Amino acid sequence: MGNLIEIKGVTHAYKTKAGPFPVLDNLNISVPEGSFCAVVGPSGCGKSTLTRLIAGLMFPDQGEVWLHGERVRSPRKTVGMAFQNPVLLEWRSILKNVILPLEIVAPAMPRAGKEERARELLAMVGLEGFEDKRPSELSGGMRQRASLCRALVHKPDVIILDEPFGALDAFTREDLWQTMHELRVKEPVTAVLITHDLRESVYLGDQVVVLSGRPATTQHVMQIDLPGPRPLEMLYAPESVERLSVLRQQIRIAQGRTETERGA
Amino acid sequence: MRFNWQKVFVPLIAMALLLLFWEWLVWYKGWRSFQMAAPSQLWPAYQRHEALFWQYGWQTLWRTMAGLAISVVVGTLLGMIMGLSRIMNDALYPILVGFNAIPKATVVPVIALMFIGQHDFNTVLMAFLISFFPIAVSVAIGLSTLEPEYRDILRSLGASRFTVFWKIALPKTLPEFFGALKVAATLAFIGTNLVEIITPHGRGLGHLFQSAQTNSDFPLMFAVLIALAILGIFLYYVVVMLERIFAGWAERQPG
Repeated sequence: MGNLIEIKGVTHAYKTKAGPFPVLDNLNISVPEGSFCAVVGPSGCGKSTLTRLIAGLMFPDQGEVWLHGERVRSPRKTVGMAFQNPVLLEWRSILKNVILPLEIVAPAMPRAGKEERARELLAMVGLEGFEDKRPSELSGGMRQRASLCRALVHKPDVIILDEPFGALDAFTREDLWQTMHELRVKEPVTAVLITHDLRESVYLGDQVVVLSGRPATTQHVMQIDLPGPRPLEMLYAPESVERLSVLRQQIRIAQGRTETERGA
Repeated sequence: MRFNWQKVFVPLIAMALLLLFWEWLVWYKGWRSFQMAAPSQLWPAYQRHEALFWQYGWQTLWRTMAGLAISVVVGTLLGMIMGLSRIMNDALYPILVGFNAIPKATVVPVIALMFIGQHDFNTVLMAFLISFFPIAVSVAIGLSTLEPEYRDILRSLGASRFTVFWKIALPKTLPEFFGALKVAATLAFIGTNLVEIITPHGRGLGHLFQSAQTNSDFPLMFAVLIALAILGIFLYYVVVMLERIFAGWAERQPG
């Protein structure tokens, strides 16, 4: 299997009145087809910029972003996004919210087909029976589940998850991590998961990319070669804890707390 | 649902007490009809000019609604331009604020002089001028404060700006829009009456009020005021009904 996402030497700076404000510096990430890439790094290091570059909503000053062997020059219909804020539309039912991407990507698809696909996904994440509810009638965790369904409804080959579990309480978050593993079995997809939770990155990722502080560059790449779907107990298993401590050390370096290894 | 006696009778009793006090005050002070009106004189005053009330009431109402309709169209367009373009917002906002700061009573003679004799046009124009501002501002704010994630969800699929506007930005702005429309409806009503009262030979309830004032006919003046209040309440609830239909989702469910 080849790499579905290739980020090659991406450098980007925002133009501000005070001059260029560099956020990404020679960033390199490769994500094989069907695998999950968790991206961690100090806050404000340009992780969200990265998501917008992959989605084709922005273009880097230097370097290239490739999806499926094609250079990204515009938004693509084969990308799904979910954010920390579930951004569901309050005037639509949960079902209609999930259908939304299909209205853009497949306007000719019959309504019954769209609804069937949305119901299928909602059932997978345990939202059966909530199709006709309004978003405000659901809990935060349920809203985030619906948001994941919306990101997957049009069968994208890439999903971009920008801290989707960041605002949830610890137990709800663990529930959603498991849901994510279950979803991967039924809906194989390549994913970039931005997170600031190291345990999340180890539990959900097939590789973890640690970004350095701003401007962000690829500081460390760790392969998590543990089979999936992973049981929740794995969070506390020695092989996880071992990896966590390495990542923790890398984050400390990224934050500039230790002098060693930087730029090596 | 149980019939709530308290909700119905307490306000009715309070209103009856107020009217009784008013009636008593006029009787006790011995005010004549050219000094003050008592509540009991209002209905006879209405009956004396019943045909005029309906004719003028309709004129006031349609002029207000026409002005409000233009406000909705122009205000929404202005709000869209300002909400979607930073440059246009910087250009237009000071002009709008400045225009809105002018007391509209001073604009009435200007308009009356510019379009002499065209009462319908003048009145509708005034109702529009006084009421488009809140609509424009609320639509502009609603559009410019749209969280970027809402846009990204559709933009990342290659949706056009128009699609994002139609599917997300516009419906999301509706609650603010209707909030502004309630204010605008009241303002448009003020605009209509301003013109009808200030400019001579205008028609509408404002004109009836003006001629009652000339004759110191207090019962007729108060009867017109109450007719105006009824029209205003009617207009307000028309907007509330539209809001329920188009933006009912924004209402929190009780409990």
